[in-house]
Amino acid sequence: MRTILFLLQKEFIQIFRNRIMLPVIFIVPLVQLVVLVFAATLEMKNIEVVVVDKDLSDVSRRMIGKFEGSPFFKIKDFTFSVSEAEDFLRANEADMVLHIPQGFERELNRENRAKVQILLDAVNATTAGLANAYASNVLRDFNEQILVERVGVLGGRIEQVRIRYSFWYNPDLNYKIFMLPGILVILVTMIGMILTAINLVREKELGTAEQINVTPIRKYQFIIGKLVPFWIIALFELCFGLFVGKILFDLPMVGSLALLFLFASLYLLLVMSIGLFLSAISDSQIQVMFLVFFFFITFVLMAGIFTPVESMPDWAIKVNTINPLAYFIRVMRMILLKGSGFSDITREFYTLGIYAAVMLLLATWRYRKAA
Amino acid sequence: MDPLSVNIRNISKTYRDAEALQDVSFRIKRGELFGLIGPDGAGKTSLFRILATLLLPDKGTATVEDYDVVRDYKEIRKITGYMAGRFSLYQDLTVEENLKFYATVFGTTMEENYDLIKDIYSHIEPYKKRRAGKLSGGMKQKLALSCAMIHKPRILIMDEPTTGVDAVSRKEFWEMLIRLKGHDITILVSTPYMDEAELCDQVALVQSGRILSVDTPQNIIGAYRRRLMDLSASDLYRLKEDMEAYEHTHSVYLFGQKLHLTLKKDVAEEALTEYLEERGHRDLNMKSISPNIEDCFMELMVKA
Repeated sequence: MRTILFLLQKEFIQIFRNRIMLPVIFIVPLVQLVVLVFAATLEMKNIEVVVVDKDLSDVSRRMIGKFEGSPFFKIKDFTFSVSEAEDFLRANEADMVLHIPQGFERELNRENRAKVQILLDAVNATTAGLANAYASNVLRDFNEQILVERVGVLGGRIEQVRIRYSFWYNPDLNYKIFMLPGILVILVTMIGMILTAINLVREKELGTAEQINVTPIRKYQFIIGKLVPFWIIALFELCFGLFVGKILFDLPMVGSLALLFLFASLYLLLVMSIGLFLSAISDSQIQVMFLVFFFFITFVLMAGIFTPVESMPDWAIKVNTINPLAYFIRVMRMILLKGSGFSDITREFYTLGIYAAVMLLLATWRYRKAA
Repeated sequence: MDPLSVNIRNISKTYRDAEALQDVSFRIKRGELFGLIGPDGAGKTSLFRILATLLLPDKGTATVEDYDVVRDYKEIRKITGYMAGRFSLYQDLTVEENLKFYATVFGTTMEENYDLIKDIYSHIEPYKKRRAGKLSGGMKQKLALSCAMIHKPRILIMDEPTTGVDAVSRKEFWEMLIRLKGHDITILVSTPYMDEAELCDQVALVQSGRILSVDTPQNIIGAYRRRLMDLSASDLYRLKEDMEAYEHTHSVYLFGQKLHLTLKKDVAEEALTEYLEERGHRDLNMKSISPNIEDCFMELMVKA
């Protein structure tokens, strides 16, 4: 026990003496939270539209007015030629072309239906999909209005199903408070997995690990001495990140913070074991960097931080059962935004617990063999 | 019987296809300053790592202070001071922090064994607040030695402590080792420098994983049987080539600005002079000399 204390003391001296360590602990979370939360939003505003109005009628103008009135669209230009409008798309100067053909109003009056054409730049499928959805919304609104007017003229009444939306747990559809827990998870993982792994390999690379091996220090003491400091720092980081989130974004904290930290402690044990395992199979800091980054990036992209896990293919959802980040992000959002209690996350808790135990055993076994 | 400190019996170690140690056996008495001399890649580091419990032998057994290096590795780690070939203390900790750290992990304090390291540590004490990574090469070695000694080990294992250290520091370092002998510590030191062998009580010459000879430096010199000649001329390089081609040459090697030469049988100096003058060598100078330890090692290596 005394030995572990001395190892911890030594480790903390080294960590805080490292010139880039303090900025990493304090500046990186601030920058990540402030920059990424704003930048990683999926909301779209200012879809630039080029209008080709060949009808120039009352109805067509009202339709354009609808688009102009929407916060999502910005009318960039008017032209009378579709090919000219397509040039805008090609030159990346517009995202969408709204083409109202000649005789639009006449057809509407005569046939009770008419067509408009929408051309979308779909290089980014997500934005194109969103633009399409927004445009459909605008057109549906417009349709309803026309319908009511016409039926009104004829003196009849119209029965319609009206849909009223109610968004739970995030009533304003605030994208930021959805992103924030995800960014915090990335942050905690970076400290837990990357820094731990690099720090361990560093000792091996510099030969200090071997020097330690010829002392009475036992392997498990050495490993505890290595893991605990980053465990503490990562938990502190989570604390700091939540605080910043509260101040800057008014991040809701509906559930129990104690439960969140309990889960975070378990989660850290798991990612640190992964870091320990990766450091045991590498010989240099460069090697372990590549290894850790491979897993880190894969885990992050698959975890559902940026794209919902539910929309991934089946195999990807299965792969996510071994992705620690996926568990933590889900649980983090559940506790913070929904106020879930322990009974709601029992399955995640025990799965992660078993996972962590297995990884820790595997890592210690590999580490013993390697050194 | 003298009390034994180290007993190595038939140790072999193979890395993939390279044999690092082949059937190595020797004994070291307690309190001895024992030198392991040999060129790079001879197997010195492997042998030391086995004794320091950092490496498992493939075959054979070894004991350190009656503890088996495989079975009782925990005990050995308590009584061993180990200095690896490259500096492996914490570069980002200060001199004092390193020393305190190693004292505490061995369950002792700096004060308790201060008199043991005083001699060495006093050289670096003025820099105790400096980070170990910022010390000069010689000072790093002194710090490493202090850290290896801080728990009053019964055996000190040092892998090439003087490699890459300047001549003055090397001399100082050896003076420290000789003074340490007074504290009843067995000291094992490896070195590629043959001149350092003369300072040891016992010397083992190792080459290609085999022990060529284990003896005191005096006995090794005394066992030298050949007539050794010291040879020089204006063109030393061509002289060496010509001597290598000479039919009666047993061995010839550079020694400073001269050649050391042994012959297969006694050839008259006149015949040799004639041979060389025929080949146009000028300023020819030759005389018989008594061998030093390096000549003895060269002889042993030629035989092997």
